[in-house]
Amino acid sequence: MKSRKVRDDLRERALSALSKPSTYGLDIDLSRFTASLGSDIMDIESYTDAMLSVGVDPEERGRGGSYYQIDNVAAYSSSRYKGLIVKPISEALEDESILEYYWKAVPVDLDKYTATAFLYEKDGYYIEVKDRVEIPIPVQACILLKSPSLIQVPHNIVVVGEGSKLHLITGCTVARENPGVHIGISEFYVKKNGLLTFTMIHSWSKGMHIRPRTIVYVEDGGIFISQYISTSLVDSIQSYPTIHLVGENSSSHLSSIIIGRGSSHIDIGGAIELKAPGSTGEVTSRVISMDESRITSRGRISGFIRGVKGHIECRGLILSENSSIYAIPELEAKAYDVQLTHEAAVGRIAEEEIIYLMAKGFTEDEARSMIIRGFLQPKIPIPLPRQLVDYLSMAMEKIAYAL
Amino acid sequence: MFKVMKTLLQVENLSVNVGSTCIIRGLNLSVDKGEVILLLGPNGSGKSTFLHALIGDPRYRISSGRIIFDGIDVSSMPMTDRVKLGLSLGLQFPPRIKGITLRFLAERILERRGVTSSVISSVIEGYSRMLNLGGLLDKDLYVGFSGGEIKRAELMITLIQAPKLLMLDEPDSGVDVENLALVGSAISKYLSEDVGRSAIIITHTGYIARYVKATKAYVMVNGRIVCRGDPEILVSNILEHGFEKCFRCEGMI
Ligand SMILES: Nc1ncnc2c1ncn2[C@@H]1O[C@H](COP(=O)(O)OP(=O)(O)OP(=O)(O)O)[C@@H](O)[C@H]1O
Ligand SMILES: [Mg+2]
Repeated sequence: MKSRKVRDDLRERALSALSKPSTYGLDIDLSRFTASLGSDIMDIESYTDAMLSVGVDPEERGRGGSYYQIDNVAAYSSSRYKGLIVKPISEALEDESILEYYWKAVPVDLDKYTATAFLYEKDGYYIEVKDRVEIPIPVQACILLKSPSLIQVPHNIVVVGEGSKLHLITGCTVARENPGVHIGISEFYVKKNGLLTFTMIHSWSKGMHIRPRTIVYVEDGGIFISQYISTSLVDSIQSYPTIHLVGENSSSHLSSIIIGRGSSHIDIGGAIELKAPGSTGEVTSRVISMDESRITSRGRISGFIRGVKGHIECRGLILSENSSIYAIPELEAKAYDVQLTHEAAVGRIAEEEIIYLMAKGFTEDEARSMIIRGFLQPKIPIPLPRQLVDYLSMAMEKIAYAL
Repeated sequence: MFKVMKTLLQVENLSVNVGSTCIIRGLNLSVDKGEVILLLGPNGSGKSTFLHALIGDPRYRISSGRIIFDGIDVSSMPMTDRVKLGLSLGLQFPPRIKGITLRFLAERILERRGVTSSVISSVIEGYSRMLNLGGLLDKDLYVGFSGGEIKRAELMITLIQAPKLLMLDEPDSGVDVENLALVGSAISKYLSEDVGRSAIIITHTGYIARYVKATKAYVMVNGRIVCRGDPEILVSNILEHGFEKCFRCEGMI
C-alpha cells in the first residue's frame, strides 16, 4: 500500500532528525515530557471560558464548522456547508489521495520537533474547501491541552480549492497550568484564486513550550493572510512560518501580536518567499515586552524573480526595565528589480504622547492603555467576516486595558 | 455679603523651569470670567511654556509663585484634575500618535465628560462639519495631517472638553484664509455660548482677532509680561514695528 511506504520513508527521515535542534529559539529537552494520547475524557464543553478566550464559540454560533481536540485525540468535528470538509486527520488519511498534502509542505526532518510530531502523530484537523465554494463565516478549531507534561502534536492540513474562500480561527489553550510542549504542524495549500485567512490565538501558561511549524503554498492569484496572537504567560515559543508564493500574482500578509510576560523566551518570525511574477508579501509584527521577557521578532522576505514586492514592519514596545526585544528584519533579493523594504522601531512609549493625552484629561494609566491599544490595532489588508473583526477588536481592547 | 467671583485665573509671581533653565520669570497675570486675551511675543519668549505650566505639563516645573484657578490653588495639581476643573489647552505642535484616531480620542473625551453615548456622535459630527474635518476623523491622530488640518483637529479636541478657560497656542498659524474663518468662528461660537467662558490665545499675527472679540492683549518678552493694552492697537503696533518697543518696555510693568 502506498500509505505504508510513505510512512516508512517519513519514519526513517524523522528518526534521523530526532536530535536536530531548531535553527532559532531555546532548545528544549523533550525527554522531560511524555508523548501519549493524553486524557480519554472528552469533556471539552466544560472548558467554555478557555474556548471563548481563544476565539472559539462552544455553541458554534456564527461558525461554518468546528474541530475540537483534547491532548492528542480528536473530540469533535462538524461542517455546516456543502463543499466544506472538517475532520480529524486520522480519518482523512483513510483516503490515500490526501497523501498528496501529507508532510509535503513541512519537511519531517526539519528539526527534532517535526520529527517528534510525526513519530507520535495521532490527530489534528483536515479541512478542505472544494473548488469554487465560499464559506462566508469562520470555521473554528480548538486544541486544548489538559494532561500534565504532555507533548501535544496536532497535525493540521488545510486545502482551499480553486476560487474558494475560507476563514479559519484556531485557538490553542490549556485546561490548567501545567508543564507541556505543543508542536503544531500546519500544512496549508491555497489553490488558484483561493483565499485563506488564518487567525491563530494562543493562550498558554507557565511551564509550556510552543513550537508551531507552519508552511504554506499559494498558487496563482491566491491569498494567504495570517494573524498570530499570543498574549499570555508561557515559558517559550519559537515559530517561523514560511509562505511560498509559487503562483503568479499570489500574495500573503503575515501579522503577529505578541506580548511577552514573566520570563517568557519568545522567538517569533515569518518568512515569505516571492517565487512567481507579480507576487507580493508583507510581514508585520507588534511585540510588547513586559517583566523579564525576551522577544526576538524576525521577518524575512525573499524575492526570487523580477518585479516582486515585499515589505516588513516590525514594531516593538518595551514596557519594563528588564525585558528585551530584538527586531531582525531581513530582505533577500535574488533577482534584478525586486522591491523590498522594511521599517523597524523598538522603544518605550513616547513620554510626549502620554503627556499629550493626560493634558486632554486622561490619567496616566488611561493614556498608556490608549496608546497600547492603538499599537496593537491589527492592520488587516482585506475585509474579514464581521464575527472575526468583532472578536479581534474585543480581544485587543481587553488586552490593552489589562496591561 | 457674598460677591460673585469675577476672576477666573490668577497667576502670581510665577517662575517656570525647563530642565535647569528658567523660562518664565516672575509672571503676574489675571483673567476675568468672560475675558478673551491675546498673548503676543517674539519666538522663544516663553508663551507656550506659560500655557504648558498652566495645564500642568510635568516637563515644565514651577519653581515659584502660584496659579489660582476658579478660587483653587492648582499649582501642584495633576493635569487630569486641572482639566476636570475646566482648563484646556490646544497645543502648538501636538504629537502624532499612531493607532489612535481623531474620532476615537474625541469619543473618549466626551465619554469622560459624561456625555451620553447617543449624543456623542452628533457632537462629533457637528464639530466635524464646522471645522471641515470629515476626511480626518478616522485617520490616526495628526499622522499625515497638513499644518492647517492639525490646527483644526486640535481645536476640535480642545473645544469638546468644554473648558472654562480655553487656551489656544497659535490656532491661526499656517491656516489659510478660508480655514481661518472656520477656526475663528468655531472659537467665537464656543465662547459666546456662555458669557463666563474665557480664553488665552497665543498669536503672532492677530488674525484670529478678526473673528474672535479679544478684550485685552499682552506681550511677553523673556518670560515676563512687558506690555498690556487694547488688542487692536497693540496688534497693529507690533505688526508695524515688531517687538522693538516692547524690548524697551521690558520691566516697566
Ligand atoms: N520641552 C522643552 N525642552 C527644552 N527647552 C524648551 C522646552 N520647551 C521650551 N523650551 C525653551 O524655552 C524657551 C521658550 O520656548 P517657548 O516654546 O515657550 O516659546 P514661545 O514663546 O512659545 O515661542 P514660539 O513663538 O516660537 O512658539 C525656548 O528657548 C525653548 O527652546
Ligand atoms: Mg510657542
